[in-house]
Amino acid sequence: MAKELRSDMEVLLETKSFADAAINRGLTPEKKINLLRQMFRIRRFEQAALKYYQAGAMGGFLHLYIGQESVATGTVSLCGEDDHVITAYRDHGHALAVGMNMNECMAELFGKATGCSKGKGGSMHFFAPDKNYWGGHGIVAGQTPLGLGLAFALKYKGRKGCCLCFLGDGAVNQGVYHESLNLASLWNLPVIYIIENNQYSMGTSLERSSAFKNCLAARAESYNIEWDRINGEDIYEIRAKTWQAMQRAHKESRPTVLEMETYRYYGHSVADANAKKYRDPQEIEKYKKFHDPLQLWQKKLMEENLINEEQIGALDAEAKAEADAAVKFAEESPLPEKADIFADVYYEVDRQTPAGRTGKHFFND
Amino acid sequence: MAQITYRKALNDALAEELTRDENVVLIGEEVARYNGAYKVTEGLWERFGDKRVVDTPISEAGFIGLGVGASMLGIRPVIELMFWSFAYVAYDQIVNNAGCVRYMSGGLINCPIVIRGPANGGTNVGATHSHTPESILANNPGVKVVCPATAYDAKGLMKSAIRDNDPVFVMENTLLYGETWEVPDEEYLIPLGVADVKRAGADVSLIAHGRAVLTSLKAAEILASEHNLNAEVVDLRSIRPLDEETILQSVRKTHRAVLVDENKPFCAVSAQIAALIQEKAFDDLDAPVLRVCALDAPAIYSPPLEKMQLPTPERVVEKVLSLV
Repeated sequence: MAKELRSDMEVLLETKSFADAAINRGLTPEKKINLLRQMFRIRRFEQAALKYYQAGAMGGFLHLYIGQESVATGTVSLCGEDDHVITAYRDHGHALAVGMNMNECMAELFGKATGCSKGKGGSMHFFAPDKNYWGGHGIVAGQTPLGLGLAFALKYKGRKGCCLCFLGDGAVNQGVYHESLNLASLWNLPVIYIIENNQYSMGTSLERSSAFKNCLAARAESYNIEWDRINGEDIYEIRAKTWQAMQRAHKESRPTVLEMETYRYYGHSVADANAKKYRDPQEIEKYKKFHDPLQLWQKKLMEENLINEEQIGALDAEAKAEADAAVKFAEESPLPEKADIFADVYYEVDRQTPAGRTGKHFFND
Repeated sequence: MAQITYRKALNDALAEELTRDENVVLIGEEVARYNGAYKVTEGLWERFGDKRVVDTPISEAGFIGLGVGASMLGIRPVIELMFWSFAYVAYDQIVNNAGCVRYMSGGLINCPIVIRGPANGGTNVGATHSHTPESILANNPGVKVVCPATAYDAKGLMKSAIRDNDPVFVMENTLLYGETWEVPDEEYLIPLGVADVKRAGADVSLIAHGRAVLTSLKAAEILASEHNLNAEVVDLRSIRPLDEETILQSVRKTHRAVLVDENKPFCAVSAQIAALIQEKAFDDLDAPVLRVCALDAPAIYSPPLEKMQLPTPERVVEKVLSLV
């Protein structure tokens, strides 16, 4: 196992110091509880999605984020007005973290017209540009130069922001990721690549897919990019170290590569029936029992006397009710019309501009 | 009206659009200090500076993906591919990201990017540098593809491409960069999706795009002087969107069509045009629709043979004579 698990004492010691980081000291009790609420929302949303996927209510793939909730929740909680987010196909958690509502997300899974992408994108393609959320991308590492481009645009326009570009540990061996790292460093672009290392590239373990020294993020060294490795189950550590990278982006316009050690409880996708064959079931149980980010954060909040069991139960129930309501919304929503197939292909055609009215754009008849 | 080269016409279009819109930025290999591998961007870096004209490392997937991402936030990148053949290493960024992001986001995101560069054979650089990907790229709804044959068209189409809010791929031709045509001094635009009848005629329609238009015009001269046949030459200019009406009008007038195309024949642009004609002008035809394409093998290096591999006026004439 490439991931070396720290002892409880070590985690406790580190946690204490990360909790003391300025960015975490500024967290009000309300904000801390909100982080828990957000993680419950992601988990309950996906549990509902899984149930209805298995019941045949949706098509395609369903890549669940359960087990990794602290990463999206912790990082996105740092974003300001000019900070942007883009990710790969395991995108539900980031979508809810940036503030997309469950209804539009669930309806998208159901392929309904009320979905965030009008039923045209599906699970892997959630977008909300009004919330600085640029997807949701299905091709492994395909989003890595797009994140770079968002950072390029911010710098070009003179905005003091950055782009958090998420990728999985399976994406780090794609060429375009390395091209992006080179360009990011060469052009001083404010992009932060966040490798969510859940230790499996689909069914291939980290040690069977990647050659590296130290850790995956350390490859950044050769591009002269700062990097760090983060315990992805710890919200305080995630926030403290990601904030440092964001400061570097905002103030120095320099990129960073962060590697979050995390774990997914389910398979690569729900269709991945072998999830328990390529992994030792005991390994999965160990993570659920000792490293669950929701439980760890609850524990922390209770230690800080910010919340009690009853209040935690209420937050969870609230998230579950919201997910159930989203399913109802999705079920009752209309499907897209056949004519909708041809909308949203071309800007100029949709707007019926002179360019959109000139020449034949579609070749059906 | 001045006589300028195809290269200068493109250069003028880029300079005018850089001046007009501060969000236009040129990005590519050797576009700035080197003045462009084919000198299309000559002088632009000196005039507009580092911010607007940006040299890249050799990373087509990286910098095209960067352009797509930047365009989502309102920048209007004009990306040079030294050869369109290099698009193949950036195919995911071009087809999946530029081509599909608007659709998959339900219309929430636009991608106003231009990718331009030469896409032609005939320069003895071997198969991997000689691709003509207009057919395979135009196969993707969501993108637009234009292939100017003259300096006039190159300038007008390039300016429209940069102002368009969808991804537009401009396919130029290294064999045309040094050729000159008359180009008006005053500003003009040529809309995408409008074909141009480059020579009026009554006996046969030669339908072509890019350099094959010039091949067709030469063939038309031979047909007129040696065979007393008056050929009409239709220049598609834009592949997608396509001006179907002009094609059909021409065929309805001449009743015969020979399609001239530097694509390889299988699923070529001309295959689409042939399907269109038989579907919509079948009763107007006095003869089958025939094609003169690049000979169906990877581009050969040997210079005299490569010349034969692309459509020649002689092959066009021969094909027309087989019809009448």
